[in-house]
Amino acid sequence: MAAVEQTIVETQPAPVPKITARSVDMYYGEKQALFDVDLDVAERHVTALIGPSGCGKSTFLRCINRMNDVIDGARVEGTIMLDGENIYDKALDVVQLRARVGMVFQKPNPFPKSIYDNIAYGPRIHGLTDTKDELDHIVATSLEKAGLWNEVRDRLQEPGTGLSGGQQQRLCIARAIAVSPEVILMDEPCSALDPIATAKIEELIDELKENYTIVIVTHSMQQAARVSQFTAFFHLGKLVEYGATENIFTNPTDERTQGYITGRFG
Amino acid sequence: MSTFVLTAALLMIAYFAFRHGRSRALAQAGGKSHALHSLPYYYGYYVALWCGVPALLLVVAWTALQGDIVRALVVSDLPENLRTLPAQELTLLLNNIVNIAEGAALMPADNTDIQAAVAHYQNLQDIAFGALIVLAVTVAVAGILFARGRISPALRARNSVEQAAKWILIASSTVAIFTTVGIVFSLLFEAMRFFRAVPVTDFLFGLEWSPQTAIREDQVGASGAFGAVPLFAGTMLISFIAMVVAAPLGLMAAIYLAEYAKPKLRSIAKPALEILAGIPTVVYGFFAALTVAPMLRNSGDLFGLSISSESALAAGVVMGIMIIPFVSSISDDVITAVPQSLREGSYGMGATQSETIKNVIFPAALPGIVGGLLLAVSRAIGETMIVVMAAGLSANLTANPFQAVTTVTVQIVTLLVGDQEFDSPKTLAAFALGLVLFVITLILNVVALTVVNRYREKYD
Repeated sequence: MAAVEQTIVETQPAPVPKITARSVDMYYGEKQALFDVDLDVAERHVTALIGPSGCGKSTFLRCINRMNDVIDGARVEGTIMLDGENIYDKALDVVQLRARVGMVFQKPNPFPKSIYDNIAYGPRIHGLTDTKDELDHIVATSLEKAGLWNEVRDRLQEPGTGLSGGQQQRLCIARAIAVSPEVILMDEPCSALDPIATAKIEELIDELKENYTIVIVTHSMQQAARVSQFTAFFHLGKLVEYGATENIFTNPTDERTQGYITGRFG
Repeated sequence: MSTFVLTAALLMIAYFAFRHGRSRALAQAGGKSHALHSLPYYYGYYVALWCGVPALLLVVAWTALQGDIVRALVVSDLPENLRTLPAQELTLLLNNIVNIAEGAALMPADNTDIQAAVAHYQNLQDIAFGALIVLAVTVAVAGILFARGRISPALRARNSVEQAAKWILIASSTVAIFTTVGIVFSLLFEAMRFFRAVPVTDFLFGLEWSPQTAIREDQVGASGAFGAVPLFAGTMLISFIAMVVAAPLGLMAAIYLAEYAKPKLRSIAKPALEILAGIPTVVYGFFAALTVAPMLRNSGDLFGLSISSESALAAGVVMGIMIIPFVSSISDDVITAVPQSLREGSYGMGATQSETIKNVIFPAALPGIVGGLLLAVSRAIGETMIVVMAAGLSANLTANPFQAVTTVTVQIVTLLVGDQEFDSPKTLAAFALGLVLFVITLILNVVALTVVNRYREKYD
């Protein structure tokens, strides 16, 4: 069926796949949102999901940490393996999955708490620390990794909602990092930010890929080209084309991909 | 009734003024509405407002003043021997005249003075109303003539109408504020009369409440005691018990409804819970006095506790059940209003549903929840009927919930029920109690607002 329309470019030296999705179908009630998606996400690389609005890229992203479980009537068929373990296995604890697969959302959503408590939220609920010093350390290193430490070190007790939009988004990234996830999912993390804040986040993503596997949904093709090593193009719930970013952008094999990246539709 | 007919007639005239203004503006613009500064109907409203508002204000002012002026004129025409009666008797006489004139009392056949006065009164009323009709219609027509003269395509009718709308809104909100001020003053003046008889300190700090004043010197209870402390203690005790019942039950119900319940269940359960708020408080009173109180007394016997049949506990528990919907409904609304992005953020961190509620949603919703709780508290403080029926009337100063207590509102009712002379401290005490109660709820509200503002978080 849909697999015929999909071309996988096999020219890359294949890095170790961290996530392996096979024949993923996803339904919101009666409506099917994803059709037979096969996708391998490379470990410690950035994979960008692009495509026009409503193409299923965010839906696929939210399948990876089972965020769609929250929605009534949503169901997933097929398998998504994280390190060879099916995350839709009934035996799997979704709490542990989400500790391993962190998420950053489209709009910065700091909790109505202090900056410190925002970062400490994950370590506290997962019981990662025993002493205040350990927690302080996690908070500091997470903020450092998110490039926010120097801006907020003197006001950790102030509310996180008082930061600027870009700072809030970096706070959310720091919050995700604090539980030492293996994968970080980013759902259009820069769409609510100005160009300077966007540049900072992109720089940060580039640094984070040394330690984390990153999957990012973006509407900006320039952003996908700048930050990612692999790009997947979704259209109408199907994965149309997937491969190394430079191949997708310079030499797409599918005419729909070509049309989208040259701005003819979408 | 005839004023009502006059008002209706003025509104009709205003309606024709509206149509006239609109068509005149259109005619001046040659039928093209885009040649006008404002839409045609704004010119209609412009003329209608000039016609209706001054005339209606005149009617209101006239009816407010007419009674007093006519009475004064009637008095001045009374024969010398009646006019010089003492003020109270004169008032009685006047009331009698008015009643006769309105057909509520019989005309005395033998008293020509009164017959003359009644005729005079009726005559004056007729003249006054006739004058009002003529004046109001004149003002309305003058308004139309003035406004239609000003209509031209360049007239900024929209701006004028918007201004008028603003002033009407301001007037409406002022009515509410002045009513509050009026209530405060009426309480204040009566309370001051009370404090002339009983010192403020005795009232505020006295530990004994027995508002009996004797009619004769030698009666029992000749010395009344007006110490309000037992009443306020009783109010606080019962409100506290009510909140102990209502706050946890209401909050947990709200959390279940907002976060866990399926939409279908929620659509049934939420209105069902709100029915509790619609039950008349008298019915809660029955329930407290006839069901809950005996039940508590019997179960108290099992544990060797002596619970009187009228107890603060019975009243407080039932009152708590009554105010559950106030807590749950408002809490449910504010919890539902917490942005979904915060929930997703928390779930995305691997938090469970209950962790998310406890750590993220509850703190975010706290200001609204505090508001709901305070509404419930003020409801509990003001509640009277349940306490009358279930907690009794005896003003015990106790913190023991198993004993009978009484509250401020209950005492206000008992003080004012029946025939009372309005210059005895017993009756006036009700106003002093009301004043203090008002001050307390005011302080509660101010505190609540401060708390809510301090912890308020802003979302986009």
